[in-house]
Amino acid sequence: MRFLPQTDAEIADMLTTIGVPSIDDLIAHVPAPLRARATIKLAPGMTEAQVAAEMQSLAARNRGATDFRSFLGAGYYRHYVPAAVRAIVARSEFATSYTPYQPEASQGTLQAIFEFQTLITQLTGLEVANASMYDGASAAAEAVLMAHRILPRRNVVALSRGLWPDYRLAVRTYLSALSHLEIEEIPFDPNVGTIAIDSLRAVAGDRLLCTLVGYPNMFGIVEPLGAVSEIAHQAGGLSISATAEPLALGLLKAPGEIGADIAVGEGQSFGLPPQFGGPGVGFFAGRLAHVRQMPGRLVGETRDREGRRAFCLTLATREQHIRRERATSNICTNHSLCALAVTVYLSLMGARGLRELAEHNVEIAHYAADRLASAGIKRRFSGPFFNEFVVDLGDVPSALQAAERNGVLAGLPLGPDYPELDGTIVICATEMNQPADIDLLCEALSKGV
Amino acid sequence: MAGAGKIRRIGMASVQSHKNQPDPNVPHPLVPLIFEESVPGRRGIDLAPREFGSRPAADLIGPQLCRDSLPGMPEVSEPQVLRHFLRLSQLNFAQALQFYPLGSCTMKYNPVLNDECAGLPGFAALHPHTPAHLAQGALELIAELERALMEISGMDAVSLHPAAGAQGELSGLLIIRAWHQQRGHPRHKVIIPDTAHGTNPASSALAGFDVIVARSGKKGLLEAAEIRRLMSDDVAALMVTNPSTLGIFETEIREIADVLHEHGAMLYLDGANFNALLGVAKPGDMGADVVQFNLHKTFSTPHGGGGPGAGPIGVKQHLEPFLPLPRVAKGPQGWYLDTNRPHSIGKLRSFYGNFGMLVRAYAYILALGADGLEQVSRRAILAANYVRERLREHYPSATDEPVMHECVLTHELEKKGVTTLDIAKRLLDFGIHPPTIYFPLVVHGALMIEPTETESRQHLDEFVAAMEQIHAEALEDPQLLKDAPHTLALKRIDEAMAARHPILRWQPKK
Repeated sequence: MRFLPQTDAEIADMLTTIGVPSIDDLIAHVPAPLRARATIKLAPGMTEAQVAAEMQSLAARNRGATDFRSFLGAGYYRHYVPAAVRAIVARSEFATSYTPYQPEASQGTLQAIFEFQTLITQLTGLEVANASMYDGASAAAEAVLMAHRILPRRNVVALSRGLWPDYRLAVRTYLSALSHLEIEEIPFDPNVGTIAIDSLRAVAGDRLLCTLVGYPNMFGIVEPLGAVSEIAHQAGGLSISATAEPLALGLLKAPGEIGADIAVGEGQSFGLPPQFGGPGVGFFAGRLAHVRQMPGRLVGETRDREGRRAFCLTLATREQHIRRERATSNICTNHSLCALAVTVYLSLMGARGLRELAEHNVEIAHYAADRLASAGIKRRFSGPFFNEFVVDLGDVPSALQAAERNGVLAGLPLGPDYPELDGTIVICATEMNQPADIDLLCEALSKGV
Repeated sequence: MAGAGKIRRIGMASVQSHKNQPDPNVPHPLVPLIFEESVPGRRGIDLAPREFGSRPAADLIGPQLCRDSLPGMPEVSEPQVLRHFLRLSQLNFAQALQFYPLGSCTMKYNPVLNDECAGLPGFAALHPHTPAHLAQGALELIAELERALMEISGMDAVSLHPAAGAQGELSGLLIIRAWHQQRGHPRHKVIIPDTAHGTNPASSALAGFDVIVARSGKKGLLEAAEIRRLMSDDVAALMVTNPSTLGIFETEIREIADVLHEHGAMLYLDGANFNALLGVAKPGDMGADVVQFNLHKTFSTPHGGGGPGAGPIGVKQHLEPFLPLPRVAKGPQGWYLDTNRPHSIGKLRSFYGNFGMLVRAYAYILALGADGLEQVSRRAILAANYVRERLREHYPSATDEPVMHECVLTHELEKKGVTTLDIAKRLLDFGIHPPTIYFPLVVHGALMIEPTETESRQHLDEFVAAMEQIHAEALEDPQLLKDAPHTLALKRIDEAMAARHPILRWQPKK
């Protein structure tokens, strides 16, 4: 087998050194009833060419990936991935290394993470960011847990209904064992699409632990994070923002600048293809005063014995391998290679590139919304939006089928997750959509409606 | 213009060096930070002109919602970016470059084809909200990988949802918790052996359980008698890694499972060391109710410098209703995602798992096949036993029991003032990544060595020779080890200083 270097002669020689006649003698202590049933009943191995052919045939059966003009968003976004990003993350030096426990042999990974942490603090306007999380949804859940460590006596979590369904589910699942925490789901304003501020005020009492809103939210709407943070702070709680489309932070006020104490989100937009939903990368930023309550790895700057600048994992006393059941989180690794992709992407974009691309997204999405409006397809919400928006279609299945026949994936139906929004879809337009695609979208949808 | 200090500053923007004259007493960093290479006005990307907008974005969205600038973000060209990160890559040790016998991490060869497969447009460009009928290949891959893992592990159902081993642990424990709750007898305790990985107690705490520590017996094995002693009606589960972190097979595992089941408790089998079990013993036959797989270990997806991994879980039939959402199912119209599962614990992350890693793991299983997979564990066990035998004289094994895919060794060099950390740092000079050190906690000064099945005999012998030379050096010149590494770009790094004075980001000089 091509991955297994030992020849029969070498195996025999190694067995002689060990002093046993066969490999089976090395596992003779495994109880016989277990060994007797351990045979694996799968097909025999394949050549590389056969594996490649099989995988190509499976990939070819995902027509949705390649054969359509797509307007899908709602948590994961279609953006151009520069070749330089792919070239760097494909390097075996990065891809086949482990968590950088030996800093002298891991400066590449460590410095890249330090740069990642810096970029995330710049984007979020907060003082400290960790080495990354699994994804935006689990980062949001971990943010609530962190808030609880900071304010252990408070127990009401004000969770915006305008947050992505997966994020809300992840928060609920992570908190499910902590029965003393209460989750209050705060509705959205049915006309504007932002969080219903009066409902939020109603739960913002002396038990309020934190608020958690999308920035922008599931409907592409920019939440009034400043006002939400003010309500949280007046009640003595913390404000958490979650961002699934981080490109928006290239244009919008930084969460930390308008009161967020913890800003989390998904980094997939920055250099990672959609890959059917993963791996992406969670980002997690907060205030320096709370750093010892943060989950996840942190890289810090230090020196080697000659005084040269160096980087290493630090503040590990928060973590599971030291603190065990008293750790801040059970997280062991992060999504290092994905964080590297984000770091390369943002380095290429720079401040100006990021701003321009964010503007591009806003403009093409508004162009699409305007075109649809002229064709009689109206936006459901009036709030300010970034690169996605909700429209009323009425009969969603037939409209989407009509669009599909015209080679368009028009958007995500909201009815299954939001019964109150039955008949609507969320449409996302990015720099990957040309004005001609939008003509096609308008034509297809207006036929279906 | 030229000067000794200046010449060493290759790669640093000259504009910056005018501003901040380097302190001649401080050695120059190996690679400047990307922020330090920034020059206002440079860019690494060209964007298409915008020819559709009526009004500028800030007006459309409202200027009061927009930020002024992104201070400090780098401004660099594409060639600069390439060079910066390639130079960083050269500062890493990696499995593809070096022998990397990091115990319990299974640093085996990651077939390069698998990265190509994950990059196929049909997988990479597939949006997670794509309608199921246009994503049949991906859904079938998920279903087929689940089926293969069921067969390999002897479990009844598998979910590929969790993002990593630790998230798999949390999922499995929440399932166990939900099961007890549904039967009307919530339980509050989980037993964990003293040899366990730190994630086990941390995940238990997060799942709302108190941890009871089980002590290993004299031989380092977990004994059914110890579990019986700790058992009560409040014990929800035992969480055990098999083979244990000592690299030895828990031979009483079946009896232990019986004790648990007699008392209505579950066996959670941590699959961190699954690389020893392929075709050797199935967790399902050991009596496991839940097992988690670390695809980045046994199933060879690249570790990525610390993720992304993937941590699927397998369960027995009675726990299947509790698996995370959604489940891939087949109906008359083909594969679809089933979310109508009222007992599910829910989701711990977005979408359906780290799909890009699932593609790689599936390609790996196809390549190996049944025969190859069975060879994997046997060769891994051979390599660990070989290394243990070759090093026996100077690095005695922590246990006399037969070892599986990894071995834990000790040493008596502390008498010479040489620590396990010194040995590890000296190994770097031989171009070898050190083993896991000081773990498991029950072995003083442990060196935990997992050679894996993909290292050649020559590399194993080179490792043995390096370890023997280091032993000789420790006796003759211990300072040589205390000062190691000598041959890397950096000398030994002061980790304590990083924690004392945390600097966690770059900031512009005021």
